[in-house]
Amino acid sequence: MSKSNTILYLDGVSVSFDGFRAINNLSLVLDKGEMRAIIGPNGAGKTTMMDIVTGKTRPDEGEVFFDGQVDLTRHDEAEIAMMGIGRKFQKPTVFESHSVEDNLMLALKGPRSIFPALFHRRFAAEARRIDEILGVIRLGDKRGDLAASLSHGQKQWLEIGMLLAQDPKLLLVDEPVAGMTDAETEETARLLRDIARDHSVIVVEHDMHFVRELGVKVTCLHEGSVLSEGTLDFVSADERVVEVYLGR
Amino acid sequence: MITGRFFAPGADRRIAITIFVLLAAAIIVPLLNLAVSPASAFYIPPYMVALTGKYLCYALLALSLDLVWGYCGILSLGHGAFFALGGYAMGMYLMRQIGSRGVYGNPVLPDFMVFLNYKELPWFWHGFDHFWFAALMVLAVPGLLAFVFGWFAFRSRVTGVYLSIITQAMTYALLLAFFRNDMGFGGNNGLTDFKDILGFNVQADATRSALFAASAVTLALAVFVTWAIVGSKYGKLLMAVRDAESRTRFLGWRAENVKLFAFTVSAVMAGIAGALYVPQVGIINPGEFEPSNSIEVVIWAAVGGRGTIVGPIIGALLVNAGKSWFTGVLPELWLFALGGLFVAVTLLLPKGIVGMWDSWRGNAGTPRAVPLADKAHTGAGLVSATSKPARSPARNPGEWSWSDPEPQAAE
Amino acid sequence: MKIFHAMGLTLLLILATLSSSGAAEADLRAIIAKFATVTDFSQTGAVVQELAATSDRAVERPLAALADGNLYIRMADSMVFIGKEGDENVQLFDPLSGEAAGEASPDDLTQIGVNNTLRRTIRDALGTLTLGSKDPTVRIAAADTMFKTPDAANIQPLDVAIAGETVASVKALLEQARAASILVSDQPYADKLAAIAVIGARGDRNAVSLLTFVEANASGDVKEAATAAIASINSTLAIWDAGQNIWYGISLGSVLLLAAIGLAITFGVMGVINMAHGEMVMLGAYTTFVVQQVIRTSFPGLFDWSLIIALPLAFLVAAFVGLVIERGIIRFLYGRPLETLLATWGVSLILQQAVRSIFGPTNQEVGNPSWMSGSFAIGQLAITWNRLWILVFALTVFAVLLYLMKRTSWGLRMRAVTANRRMAASMGIRTPWVDALTFALGSGIAGIAGVALSQIDNVSPNLGRGYIIDSFMVVVFGGVGNLWGTLVGAFSLGIVNKFLEPYAGAVLGKIVVLVLIILFIQKRPRGLFALKGRAVEA
Repeated sequence: MSKSNTILYLDGVSVSFDGFRAINNLSLVLDKGEMRAIIGPNGAGKTTMMDIVTGKTRPDEGEVFFDGQVDLTRHDEAEIAMMGIGRKFQKPTVFESHSVEDNLMLALKGPRSIFPALFHRRFAAEARRIDEILGVIRLGDKRGDLAASLSHGQKQWLEIGMLLAQDPKLLLVDEPVAGMTDAETEETARLLRDIARDHSVIVVEHDMHFVRELGVKVTCLHEGSVLSEGTLDFVSADERVVEVYLGR
Repeated sequence: MITGRFFAPGADRRIAITIFVLLAAAIIVPLLNLAVSPASAFYIPPYMVALTGKYLCYALLALSLDLVWGYCGILSLGHGAFFALGGYAMGMYLMRQIGSRGVYGNPVLPDFMVFLNYKELPWFWHGFDHFWFAALMVLAVPGLLAFVFGWFAFRSRVTGVYLSIITQAMTYALLLAFFRNDMGFGGNNGLTDFKDILGFNVQADATRSALFAASAVTLALAVFVTWAIVGSKYGKLLMAVRDAESRTRFLGWRAENVKLFAFTVSAVMAGIAGALYVPQVGIINPGEFEPSNSIEVVIWAAVGGRGTIVGPIIGALLVNAGKSWFTGVLPELWLFALGGLFVAVTLLLPKGIVGMWDSWRGNAGTPRAVPLADKAHTGAGLVSATSKPARSPARNPGEWSWSDPEPQAAE
Repeated sequence: MKIFHAMGLTLLLILATLSSSGAAEADLRAIIAKFATVTDFSQTGAVVQELAATSDRAVERPLAALADGNLYIRMADSMVFIGKEGDENVQLFDPLSGEAAGEASPDDLTQIGVNNTLRRTIRDALGTLTLGSKDPTVRIAAADTMFKTPDAANIQPLDVAIAGETVASVKALLEQARAASILVSDQPYADKLAAIAVIGARGDRNAVSLLTFVEANASGDVKEAATAAIASINSTLAIWDAGQNIWYGISLGSVLLLAAIGLAITFGVMGVINMAHGEMVMLGAYTTFVVQQVIRTSFPGLFDWSLIIALPLAFLVAAFVGLVIERGIIRFLYGRPLETLLATWGVSLILQQAVRSIFGPTNQEVGNPSWMSGSFAIGQLAITWNRLWILVFALTVFAVLLYLMKRTSWGLRMRAVTANRRMAASMGIRTPWVDALTFALGSGIAGIAGVALSQIDNVSPNLGRGYIIDSFMVVVFGGVGNLWGTLVGAFSLGIVNKFLEPYAGAVLGKIVVLVLIILFIQKRPRGLFALKGRAVEA
């Protein structure tokens, strides 16, 4: 496998916690500009895989490369985030005691050291960018509200908005539609497809309807390694996938 | 922008009022002490000046703790140690000012060194005959200790109660160290019998008034600085780290540096408080390192309301005034009262007086400027904005994390 | 050397009084009466020899009194008495029985004079008497005294004793005493070299001090042999010293384990920061005090049982207080560890002040039962009974707790609630009760730790303060949620502490340990035996 022209390249990655192998010889390649959906039963290692990519967990063995050349196992979360990998958590995580606008402001791409932040002045370009993102995530009328007062779905969107503000090359999105209404789910699918036009995206989701709507290549994980990979129809037809995940 | 915010209504106006009151006190109290006849009803006796000056130092200490606890969720049980270190730096200057007026009349060595048969001044005592050097050390020693300690602790992500416990261990280790005679800091007795500060007699009424004014002005300055820090983008980041540390990391911020900066600034503030405290009480001894002192500071901040800037100041003044009253009238009952205060505040008044006031006033248009410090931790929802405080059992006692709530990683 | 002589004499006297038998009392009195007629030191010496020749242990009392210059003659009737000078008069005692015999003015008495030659004669006489004793412990003590106060004059009586000795261990001691005496005599070099070999084989600190004395005063082969023997003994002693340090460390570790083990439940298993934990220990210690007070006043015969009676009571008292704290305060604060820390700190202040108000601020006297007093030696190790019992007790508590947690259904329920509260609740476990009882258990164990700690520490309202930081250090160092970690943590901290003490001193050693733990937590924030993985991170 060649690493060039890939945005994310995992080869032979394993990690175990107290003897339990959460990830077992996992190999996964994502091309630049690709959107990929990842499915799999609970405990398949989906979140752990994201932890490895974002530097939260170090793999015991295996290679993890970003953008074809950067060895992610040598960097920590902040460095990886600065390189251009954004992550949305399974449970929406926003800064609840800040306004929607401030949440985005803290996520905006820019210098990440203390003293610039201390003497920071908001300038016009920044304000414009925030307006733009607020438009995309449809929270324009909530900009002054505390994030804590948002509904579950709005928090999900705010978090996606924060990802956009970060302007990453690769987005890792963990269960973006959990707890959303059908209308919101469709909206989110459209939003992600929009984002995928100029970003590489990995989406972890259980909602098959949503995955179908994304209309992208699907990888099914099981017990820490890839069980099946291909179009949704191909994967859902796979006997083993039906066995362990979809059910008969 | 800063000045604009400064005169804005709500919490920011509260800050302005606090600063104004402190500056006014810095002028009026010395005047009432020095220029008014003792017979007058407005006369403030010197002991009152010294006492309130001492309270202002405590208020500064509580404010410094508020910066890390209220705004960043770091419950430091080591601020008493930073306070004491600042105090010792000032004490060393005051000791050197005694010169040959000590009991043993040694022009260079302080009395306790003569008594312990020191032949020459230990190296770390050099320079403390200059005020500027001592002043620098007041900032540098607590700041450096906090920087080194924080650098290790935050880098390895020691958080929550673990951090509290190791800050307490640090305080305890310093307590033991300063009790040792061969440390060269006067051992058990500490440093005392001060004569002059900057050439003025520390006992004189005018000097005491000046020290009071200095404390009030410094506190006003600290209020302004804290307010400016908290209001900046960095301040928002600080609260973001408090509420969702790993989220800030995944956004590319170095949470450890964010905390380290606040911790160091806070330690320097505590050190300044200690330096102002020592000439006013006339002694500094290892007892100031007692871990219980550091925990008491926490209750000052909690009573007033953490994460509110003004709250810890009010809390420090109230609790210490209460302490003075109790120890005078009912010394037996003081520890019962203090212990009860710890329990009552955590159970009934988790946001403190100022926080309660804000809740009670409802949406006074300041939900952003006065963040609810414990919003993220109050899983039990002890106090809601409209209802009176009610005790209700936490719904899920086991469901909590060591640090502030982080994204639950579960499949 | 003079001090040695005096000390030796006193020791011999004490031993001598332990047993007495032999010739008719009247005969002895007749000989003693001769003291009244002596006119010079040589005549006194002759009487001493005559007394010694009776081989009766009863003569030790008058001889020792004579050596100390306490033998008097009442001028009125020429009777001999042992005298003890009081404020004005001299109190008189019978020379053989030691019974009081009134008093007399110093003007009416004549003191029997002694000089150094005479003292030596007396000492030899006494030494011979004890070396010939039927009781082997008396002979051992005599040999020991002679070893510590070597004198060339001892050689001859020792030779006699060695020839007649039948017990091998006593014989070895006698030979060592003889060797010591040879070293201070002017015997030939060859004998001295042989003597050094004998003493070198003894290998204790007394041997080192004797050989050091020889080394300083001798020359040539003897000096070299002494140097070599000292080096050899010291290297053996170093191993014993290390052993002694390990014992001290284990002993400290057992104290830390006792103090921390309750915390390992409340903090480690439940995750509750109980700053009043030290006060639970204090309550246990005060319960012991109250139990002993009642026993002292009402049932003095039960004193040796006081600790065993106190154990269940201390458990109940502390567990009850713990239960009240959990139901009254802590259950409202689950999920807010920092607030729990503050509230329990407040509780600790209240408990301290309450105890201070009831019992006063001073230390209370808690006694050791007889089976916890004293000490014994293994080789060069000195081991006190109370420390040994505390070690045994700490390990027993640990084992019982481990059994309770891992093997009983209640322990299973407790662990289930810790692992997944909601699941446990839905399976019918009454989680609030499990919480309350677990906390009570942790507190109760702190209480029984207090019973043990009352034996070695001051029982005062501040007792708990001294243990709280150490206990947290042990639990955090060992790894939260892991009982074995607490065990290993307690003993390793204890041993490291005691090994640092000789180099750094007690206080600095403790500071170093604290700093090391702080650094260790940086390296492994979850302790020595931390659980790994995502579940812990979350």
